[in-house]
Amino acid sequence: MAVDYTTQTTGGIGDAVLRKEDRKFVTGEGRYVDDLKLPGMLHAAFVRSSFGHARITSIDATAALALPGVHAVLTHATLPVETGVLSASNPGGDVRHPEQAILAKEFARYVGEPVAMVIADDRYLARDGADLVHVEYDPLPVVVDAEQALEPGAPLVHAEYDSNLVKTLEHVTDGFDDAMAKASKVIKLRVDNQRLTPSAMETRGCIGDWQEATGEVTLYTSTQVAHFVRTFVSIVCGTSEAKVRVVTPDVGGGFGAKLNTYREEFAVCAASHVVGRPVKWIEDRTEAGVATIHGRAQVQYYEAGVTDEGRIVALKFDAVQNNGAYNMLLTPSISHLTLFMVPGLYDIQDISIRIRQTFTNTTPTDAYRGAGRPEATHGIERLMDAIADDLGIDAVEIRRRNFIQPDQFPYSSATGLVYDSGEYEMNLDKALELSDYAGFAARRAESEANGKYRGIGLSTYVEVCGLAPSAVTAALGIGAPGWEHSTVRLHPTGKATVITGTSPHGQGHATSWSQITQTELGIPFEDVEVIHGDTAFQPYGLGTYGSRSLAVGGIALYRSLGKVREKARELAAHLLECSMDDLEWTGSSWQVKGSPDRAKTIQELAYAGWTSASLPEGLEPVLEATTFHDPPNFTFPSGTHVCEVEIDPDTGRVEVLNYTAVDDCGNVINPLIVDGQVHGGVIQGLGQALFEETVYSEDGQMLTPTLVEYLVPSAADVPPMTLARTVTPSPSNPLGVKGIGEAGTIGASAAIVNAAVDALSGLGVRHIEMPMQPARIWNVIQEATS
Amino acid sequence: MIPSTLAYTKASSIDEAVAAVAAGAVPLSGGQSLMPMMRLRLAAPEAIVDLGGIPELVGICEDENEIAVGAMTIHREVAASELIRAHAGLVADAAAGIGSPQVRNRGTIGGSLGHADPHSDMPATLIAAGASVLVRGPNGERRILVEDLITTYLTTTLEPGEIITQVRIPKGDDHSAYAKFHRRAIDWTIVGVAICIGDDGVRAAATGVADRPVRLSAFEEVLNGGGSLDDAIARIAEGVEPHAGLDGSVEYKKHLLGVLARQAHAEASSR
Repeated sequence: MAVDYTTQTTGGIGDAVLRKEDRKFVTGEGRYVDDLKLPGMLHAAFVRSSFGHARITSIDATAALALPGVHAVLTHATLPVETGVLSASNPGGDVRHPEQAILAKEFARYVGEPVAMVIADDRYLARDGADLVHVEYDPLPVVVDAEQALEPGAPLVHAEYDSNLVKTLEHVTDGFDDAMAKASKVIKLRVDNQRLTPSAMETRGCIGDWQEATGEVTLYTSTQVAHFVRTFVSIVCGTSEAKVRVVTPDVGGGFGAKLNTYREEFAVCAASHVVGRPVKWIEDRTEAGVATIHGRAQVQYYEAGVTDEGRIVALKFDAVQNNGAYNMLLTPSISHLTLFMVPGLYDIQDISIRIRQTFTNTTPTDAYRGAGRPEATHGIERLMDAIADDLGIDAVEIRRRNFIQPDQFPYSSATGLVYDSGEYEMNLDKALELSDYAGFAARRAESEANGKYRGIGLSTYVEVCGLAPSAVTAALGIGAPGWEHSTVRLHPTGKATVITGTSPHGQGHATSWSQITQTELGIPFEDVEVIHGDTAFQPYGLGTYGSRSLAVGGIALYRSLGKVREKARELAAHLLECSMDDLEWTGSSWQVKGSPDRAKTIQELAYAGWTSASLPEGLEPVLEATTFHDPPNFTFPSGTHVCEVEIDPDTGRVEVLNYTAVDDCGNVINPLIVDGQVHGGVIQGLGQALFEETVYSEDGQMLTPTLVEYLVPSAADVPPMTLARTVTPSPSNPLGVKGIGEAGTIGASAAIVNAAVDALSGLGVRHIEMPMQPARIWNVIQEATS
Repeated sequence: MIPSTLAYTKASSIDEAVAAVAAGAVPLSGGQSLMPMMRLRLAAPEAIVDLGGIPELVGICEDENEIAVGAMTIHREVAASELIRAHAGLVADAAAGIGSPQVRNRGTIGGSLGHADPHSDMPATLIAAGASVLVRGPNGERRILVEDLITTYLTTTLEPGEIITQVRIPKGDDHSAYAKFHRRAIDWTIVGVAICIGDDGVRAAATGVADRPVRLSAFEEVLNGGGSLDDAIARIAEGVEPHAGLDGSVEYKKHLLGVLARQAHAEASSR
């Protein structure tokens, strides 16, 4: 649907309300970690390994310490911590978790690994000091490629193990061999989902402030998961969790890269303990290229057993996941998410999956927008086109023949998930109509007349969101639950404070949560303040990632609002001298049924609850409620994306001419925010499809450390987009919501690559790897035509 | 940006700037190249002298034979100049396509030449236009053809203490154009071709195919000898030495030369 970009500034559920938090951001009034200045604050810079793999033979800080303004140079030997970085991920129970010391201990295993830390009066001096720390390295053999890392005789990233294998995830259904044997044809495809560098506008940064007299530690940090960070700081730094406070000011994007706990966060706390003053570290952009986690980096081998009609009867998936040099918070679980989504939205009941995770001498990988699901979707959607091509069946038709049908929900997938709802052909049909799929042949002919190749591609996806039922996360080997917290507090003046355990960093929760509050409790949108991001006043919250905030945190809010409304009802009945059953909810007040003159507004009840002049027996003062909501299931958004590209054979440039996205994210709280998420998500998928790739040389040097080499698309690279929605409400939660934060990214890359392959299919091209930069496409055309 | 400690002065006259540069300061013009290098600490000057306070270094004017562009004139002004558009369209083409609007509002024509990056657009177009620079140093003023200014990566024939004060572009009927190719909408040029069809023949130069901007001599020779464009393009890569990189292979970049030469030639001929 075409969006009406209304100037409506307040509203309830479903209204296209402008975001209440945007004024401060667009006027430069946001407050990020780097805006914070504490009295006496010092600044840190890290000395980082310039080798992909080396033994550290000596660290000489004499010259740095002689520099006026340098207070300390800390190394593994002198940084007071109890342990290294911890991972919360252990799928299958026997994952190799090597020690990841906060500062490198004897060995450096990737370029950028922190080796020493310089504390100085200002950021410039700290950097000068870091340049003066002399580290002697004894270089060791390097392996950066995940498949090479598994070969016999490959250099060992961690010498304590006999191989670079981290973990093998396997899942084979009983009937797989028989089903594959009965297939009339087996179609194979190799797909490389390249390594990416998450590139949030705000790099990471943190300030550690250790109060010697009280033992209290305050950490200001740019994170998606403040409470995780607090728990882990207490363990790593050896202090009571009750004495650690983590503050998350405004956060300028994360995309999963801030769903982690990093060495620098622990290091600034420990360093503050050493120097007795607050210590700040702000990551610079080039540092971010090596010091913040990477995403994707998965090579996949597909074998599809198909019937002559194009039904997939058995699917084999064998992949190698590059975990990097260490496991971060969730690294081993990311490709586990791929495992779950291997069959996509197709009814494939016989499946064989093996994912081998490896260590390499590279920056660790972990969650990046979509986290394991874009890899699965890109692969299966490329495979569907390869099958269609091989069998001579239309790309649309092959999908129709394999879709899970509406009457199959709830659908038990071959990988053990239960899909909640969906109507995949509805998405597909709508997208085909909006993109004028039927009229494509004429447009292709027009391009051909101009010497260009034109192609159309589609991607149909389902994803798993709303992370996560806690019993499931436990079963998956994740050492953390998946519930979420909310508190709703009504003030004497009738205004509301909502405390949420989610951790918005661009998603617009202040707006959406206010809309839910207006609809469910009748407190006007503008009277609702949403606060978050300080463990001192918040109950434990799990944070924002995995498209979970609305489907889990929003439901926690919904339930707290319901509790407040029911408490208000009890109070209203007392004040109106009737029974609770005599009352009806008008949307903003409780009134005696059929008697509008006998009513109490929610604001009046908030005041009455505070004054407590007359409360019913047993009712506590104050309208306030708290909920910890653990979701009963995941949610499963789906969609169809279609795009058209034109390829210039002279230069190899792939131009995306138009893009249509039809998404089913269940019920929508704010269509503007949903559209914004789809726009941003599609652009990130487009970045992967066309431009972005994190490249290492064979000796482990990072070749794309800055935004000159690592090509993040700008607004000028964005094609015209047509967005539309279908709605199949999730039955798993009372709002019927599913999640939309990652859908665009999950759907986009395959649609764009499929369009490019379609454009060149006349030359016999069957597959193209990402990113489809001009030089690669030109080579593909040269090879196909020579 | 986290540079090392440095001394900063802002010159108010050319003489003051020359004195500072002669004493070892690095001249700062628009800061679109020097600042990123300082950010990465690839450059760590102990002193910089800001040329932003010298009025006579800014502006575009003409005499009978040449257009004079002050070295501190920003790309946006060059791109918008009707005078430059009328006589040297390729220079306006290049200025209009450098980086982003933010870069064009800060970056200067003199700074781009002095920085001598082989992927910068301005040098090749000025070579094809037959332009010169006026430079001022401790020993006074001299004139250098842009073609003789840049010798290799980030290296010029400027003597110690010299700064570029003006760019001189010959006037004439404009049959010129610059065509370039890059990956994102806003990005560094992979390859660019500048062509100027003048009364004395065709001059062509390229960006991104060597350690410096280069004349496309074989291409010119064929066209100036009466040969066809196809024949000229067949020889266009003679003498160029592009580097293979993440942006493309040697073969690809040589191929792009031909593609862009055809575009630039068509555009220049139509003007």
